[in-house]
Amino acid sequence: MGRALDGWLLAQALRDPGGTVALGADEWTALLAIGRAEQMIGTLAWRLNGIDVPPSVARILADARASAEQGRVAALWEAEVARRVLAPLGVRMVLLKGTAFVAAGLQAGRGRSIGDLDILVPRAALDAVEAALLEAGWEWVKPDPYDDAYYRQWMHELPPLIHRDRDRMIDVHHTILPLTARITPDAGALLADAVELKPGLWALSPNDMLVHAAAHLFADGDLAGGMRNLWDVHCLVAEFGADGLAGRAAQHGLSHEVARALRLAAALYGEGARLTPVDRLYLYRLTARDGWGRAMRPITRMAFYIRSHWLRMPPAMLARHLWTKWRKGGAGPASG
Amino acid sequence: MNDSRGDIVYRMARPETLKIVHLDSFTAVFHRASGITHLVTSPVPEILAALGEAGMTRADLMARLSVDYVLGDAEEGSLDARLEELVATGLVAVA
Amino acid sequence: MRHVFQVRIGPIGFRIGSDWRAPIAQLETLYAAYPKPEDGVPDFTVRLFAARPWRRVVRPAVMIGGDYILPEAAPLPLAQGLLAAEMGMNLQMALGQRHFLLLHAAVVERDGKALVLTGVSGAGKSTLAALLSLRGWRLMGDEFALLDPATGLLHAFPRLVSLKNASVATVAAEVPADRLGPMLEGTPKGTIRHLVPDAAALAAMDAPARPALILFPSFGYDSATRDVAQSEVFVRLTQASTNYVAMGERGFDALTALVQGVPARAIDYPDTDSAIALVEAAWAAR
Repeated sequence: MGRALDGWLLAQALRDPGGTVALGADEWTALLAIGRAEQMIGTLAWRLNGIDVPPSVARILADARASAEQGRVAALWEAEVARRVLAPLGVRMVLLKGTAFVAAGLQAGRGRSIGDLDILVPRAALDAVEAALLEAGWEWVKPDPYDDAYYRQWMHELPPLIHRDRDRMIDVHHTILPLTARITPDAGALLADAVELKPGLWALSPNDMLVHAAAHLFADGDLAGGMRNLWDVHCLVAEFGADGLAGRAAQHGLSHEVARALRLAAALYGEGARLTPVDRLYLYRLTARDGWGRAMRPITRMAFYIRSHWLRMPPAMLARHLWTKWRKGGAGPASG
Repeated sequence: MNDSRGDIVYRMARPETLKIVHLDSFTAVFHRASGITHLVTSPVPEILAALGEAGMTRADLMARLSVDYVLGDAEEGSLDARLEELVATGLVAVA
Repeated sequence: MRHVFQVRIGPIGFRIGSDWRAPIAQLETLYAAYPKPEDGVPDFTVRLFAARPWRRVVRPAVMIGGDYILPEAAPLPLAQGLLAAEMGMNLQMALGQRHFLLLHAAVVERDGKALVLTGVSGAGKSTLAALLSLRGWRLMGDEFALLDPATGLLHAFPRLVSLKNASVATVAAEVPADRLGPMLEGTPKGTIRHLVPDAAALAAMDAPARPALILFPSFGYDSATRDVAQSEVFVRLTQASTNYVAMGERGFDALTALVQGVPARAIDYPDTDSAIALVEAAWAAR
């Protein structure tokens, strides 16, 4: 057939849903596997809603939509419970990522799979927030002294908490990048300019959502989930435009990252963009899925994994951190 | 009894958010807003039925239930506890 | 993935890729009479892969991957590759099935009505289902019951029946050799041998059935039968379902309707002959 069976297959289907009429059985099979691997099967299902697809595909996509809807309900409830628990503290609770998108009814939330509840609170309120959550039935996920100390001192969030009855995780952030990263966004501005969706429930302003998506994509990870992040960027720009975005990005020290995110999102899902050689490397890494949904191109992946940790920590600390983790028999980039 | 709670009106969460199915000694309640299934037994179905959509204060609820059931202190205490749980899980809303 | 196999089992299509030929060859033999996925597009992908390239050859260990994975699962030796494939398919269903409410149960059918045998692993569901299928019942499945929330009907999902330890000999005594897979020893669950469902089960694979009786079998006790209250059935079935929560309201509706509409009994038995007798008696009395 000649069509590449990698992340571009997913990108093209999202960009041009009608074009999927040309796909054969093997390509549909690959598309679904890649969509699942990128956590975007629900998104794909909504983009293809109403498009004429083979009956088996229609069934699979209908189930994906139903699944995403159930996930949406559960995510919104989680936010509601957290809101009730934190309301007495008078702390501004800002929803982040998927939960924010669905709470605000944004395009980016359509079909999204949502795992944890991510919220942003003022750093000064962290202790009070932590105490309130523990009191209300959340528990620590992993009591590991080394990780805990690292988390509290350097990370941009509390160690992960999980609710003992509902079995759902909450990530409490006080800024959007780890403290050890070279870049330090203006957390105060993020909170100050948040938008109130309903009493007690806030979301970042549209420009800040875009900055967060870019920050999360480049500086806070090894590009895992990158295709989904860039889809968020694409949807946010489509819905809100990019007025004032450059200035806001500069305020947070993320000009390069935001500009790159816009170019990559346009290349994958939009009208295309003028790409730098490094952009192409990023796209090569982002689309590294094969027709079985496996992550490919291991050398690039390894390079990005180490780079992402370098951004979080100065090299000396990184060496010590990695050595300790490997000694304990844990981390290393995921294989397979 | 805490007087500051005297004015609070408790009502069953809006009917479209609850699906109630009676299974012999237990009642299964599907809470649409959370997607959570609760399996409850006496006195919870009775509380939900009494509160209904209009809702009532705690005092009225006790009065209503004591028409059909004998309520001593122990029962009132456990009713308070159930009421709090129902509010926490969203099956009962407070106005 | 160098070696590929595709198969449709009831309403679900699977694609299985493998770094090794052997498990695929076994699947091709045992599932020879099964159809292929509808439209050539499977519902789920399973991958049998080597964790490191050299583990393809040196002490080969089969990691189980696919659309849905358990990150900390231990690999199986290559000799148990067939078991890995079956576990991989179970995993996709357990984690990814969103159309049918799944119950961990064996199902057999007679006269268009279904008997559901549910309960904890090791209670003998697979063995009972296999033996009943040799005594005039149609096998619909031994691992998962697929309940359609829209209709309340059970859909057949007749995978290879997983016989364990003592029941291998019990059932093998009654079936021709070509319906049995390889003897797999030293698996996490002891000795396992797979049984291919008979031609009647395969021919009727797409015919659903209305559930008429739920039984909770317990092996190792004196023969006894007791009714099970609806609320107990409800709780036990939610515990036996891997996707009840994910199914949301559809799951609630399907399960409450099942529990209210279908009688349930618990049966205790000391041996398989007693079991069959109790099952037939419960069915007649339902």
